[in-house]
Amino acid sequence: MTERVYMKGNEALAYGALKAKLNAYFAYPITPSTEIPETLAKEFGSEEYPDFKVFLQAASELEAINMVLGAAAGGVRAMTATSSPGFSLKQEALSYAAGMELPLLVVNINRGGPGLGNIAPEQSDYFQMTKGGGHGSYRLIVLAPNSVQEMASLPKLAFDLAFKYRNPVCIAGDAFTGQLKEDLIFPRIEAAEYDVSSWAVTGAKGRERHVINSMNLDPEVHAKHVAHLDEKYKTIQRDEVRYESYLADDAETIIAAFGITSRICKSVVNKLRRQGSKIGLFRPITLWPFPHEEVRKLTEHAKRFLVVELNTGQMVEDVRLGVEGRARVEFYGKLGGLLPTEGEIEDKLRTIEKEEIAA
Amino acid sequence: MTTQEPALEQYRKKLGKLEALTDKPTHYCQGCEHGELTRLIANAIENLDIRERTVMIDSVGCSVLAFEYFNIDHIQSPHGRAPAIGTGLKRVRPDLIVYTVQGDGDAMAIGLLEVMYAAIRGQPLSVFLVNNAIYGMTGGQMAPTTIEGQVTTTTPYGRDIEFTGAPVDASKLVSAIDGSAYVKRVSLAISEIETAKGKTYSIKNILEAKQAIENAFKVQMMGGFSFVECLSSCWVNWKLPTMEAKRFVNERLIKQYPLGTYKDKFGIEKK
Repeated sequence: MTERVYMKGNEALAYGALKAKLNAYFAYPITPSTEIPETLAKEFGSEEYPDFKVFLQAASELEAINMVLGAAAGGVRAMTATSSPGFSLKQEALSYAAGMELPLLVVNINRGGPGLGNIAPEQSDYFQMTKGGGHGSYRLIVLAPNSVQEMASLPKLAFDLAFKYRNPVCIAGDAFTGQLKEDLIFPRIEAAEYDVSSWAVTGAKGRERHVINSMNLDPEVHAKHVAHLDEKYKTIQRDEVRYESYLADDAETIIAAFGITSRICKSVVNKLRRQGSKIGLFRPITLWPFPHEEVRKLTEHAKRFLVVELNTGQMVEDVRLGVEGRARVEFYGKLGGLLPTEGEIEDKLRTIEKEEIAA
Repeated sequence: MTTQEPALEQYRKKLGKLEALTDKPTHYCQGCEHGELTRLIANAIENLDIRERTVMIDSVGCSVLAFEYFNIDHIQSPHGRAPAIGTGLKRVRPDLIVYTVQGDGDAMAIGLLEVMYAAIRGQPLSVFLVNNAIYGMTGGQMAPTTIEGQVTTTTPYGRDIEFTGAPVDASKLVSAIDGSAYVKRVSLAISEIETAKGKTYSIKNILEAKQAIENAFKVQMMGGFSFVECLSSCWVNWKLPTMEAKRFVNERLIKQYPLGTYKDKFGIEKK
C-alpha cells in the first residue's frame, strides 16, 4: 500500500507502528498525544493488523510503562506514548528497562513545561530524553521526526534499533508534529523478524532459565554490567547517528535545529541562499546518539552556528560539544508554544553578523 | 560455617531436591518465614507441574533476591510495580503462569494502585503478600500494616493511628474488589503447643498456607486474580527473639488480621 493519505502526525505514528508489526500497546491519555492510543484502539482487532494482539488502557502513566516492560520482557514489540508530564513519570521504568536491556518504544509528544505548563509545543524535554532522564548511567536512543511522513516511518526504525541493541527507544515528537495534518505516502514497510530466543521470558522449557534483572549487589559484577551497557552505547554512537544536512557542505553559517523547528529554518536557508548567503541547515534525526562528529566536520568551513529550539537552550549544548570552540555558537529559542518566524531567525542572523563586524 | 554445613546438607536431604529451586541458600534471616514461603511456592509449582511455564516477577524488598532461588524465568520490577509488569507479560503471553511475592510496603503503600488494578481487571495473576507489619529490607520502618502502638524506627513511640491512619487490611481491601477471584489470609508462623510429652510445634498454619498457595495458582489457571496474604514475623526489626516473634504473629497480628478465606469466587476450596 503506497497511497497518499492526509492525517495527523499522531495518527501517522500509530499506523507506522502497526505496519511495523506492533504487538502490544499500553495506554494512558494525555494531551497532545492521545490520538495515538485512540487510533490504535480503533484499529484493534482489525484483520489488517494480525500482529496487534494487546491494547490495554492503564490506570496511570507508571502502570502503562511497567506493562510495556513486562510485555517487552516477553520478547514482543511493545510501546506506549505520552506527553511531557507523563514522560517525567516514565523515567523510573525507563531506567529499569535500560538496566534490564529491554527493547521497547516510548513516544513523547513534547508540550510546554515545567510543571503542568501547557499543551502547546515545546522541545524542552531534550535533556530528559537524551541524557538519561532517570537514575543511573544509561541512554535512550532518541529519534526526532520533523514531519507527518517521518512520524509514520520512524516507529519501524525505532523497533529495529530497540531489538538490535536491546535498549529502549524514544520518538521525540512535539505538539506540532503530533497535531499537524499533512499528506504522506506510507512507505512499504517490511517488518523485520527479531530473534529473542536467547533472553525473552517465555517459560524455562527445555532451556536454562532467563532472568531479566538490573540488580547486582556485588560491586565487581555491577561495574561489569554498567561497563557492558557503556560499550553498547559507544557502538550505537559509532554506528547509528542519523541526520539531515541541507546545503551545508560549503556553508559558512549553519542553522542547527531538530523536529518541527527545522522546517522553518529550512525556509530561511532557502531564502538566504537565493540571496547569495553561504548558509545551510543541519538537522539531527538521532538526538541521541547526537552527531557530534558531523558537527565538528562542519567547523572545517562553518564560522558560526545558530541553534534554534523551542526551549531556553538545550540541544545548543550538544552543538557546542561538537564545535569545541572552533566556531561561534549562538542560540535562538521560543517558548510556551510560540514558533519562531522566518523573519525573527533572519533578524537574529543579522544581529550576529553586525556583532562580528563590530568586533 | 564448617559446623553448619553438614546440618544444612542434612536438612536439604530431608526436604528433598525441588527442581523449581536452585541450589543457592537463601539470604533470609534465620527464623524468617520467607524461607517457608519460598519452599511452599516451589512445592506448589512442582505439584502442579508448571515450572516450565511459570514466571516470577521479583518485587523490591526482602523478596528482591528471589531470582537467585526459584529455578524459573524472572523479571525484575521497580518498587510496587510487579503486578503491572506481570499484567504486561501475561497479556502478551497468556499461557504463562505469573506470580509475584510482595512485601506490605511494596503492595500496600507504593504499589497499592498496581495491586488494586490487577484485581479490578480480574487479571489472571497470583500475588503472595508477605505481611510482617514492617519495612524489613530498609531496616524496620512503619508499614501500612504496622499495628496500633507498634514501635518501628519511624514510630519510635509506637504507631499513633490518630495521625498515621489505621493499619491497612489488605485481604479485606482486595476481596472488596469485584474483579478478585481468590483472597485468603494465612499465617506462616509455626506455633508452640503443649502435648502430654511436653512442648512441641504445630505446622498446621503452614499446611493451610501450602493449600492456599496451590489454590492461588489453580485460580490463576482458571482465569482469575488470586491474592494470598501471608502473616509473617520479622524478629530482627521487631527486636524480639525468634519464637517470641512467631508468637506475636499468632497472638497479636492474627487479632488485627484474622485468618481465613475472604473470597473464593470459583469455589476452589470445595473442589
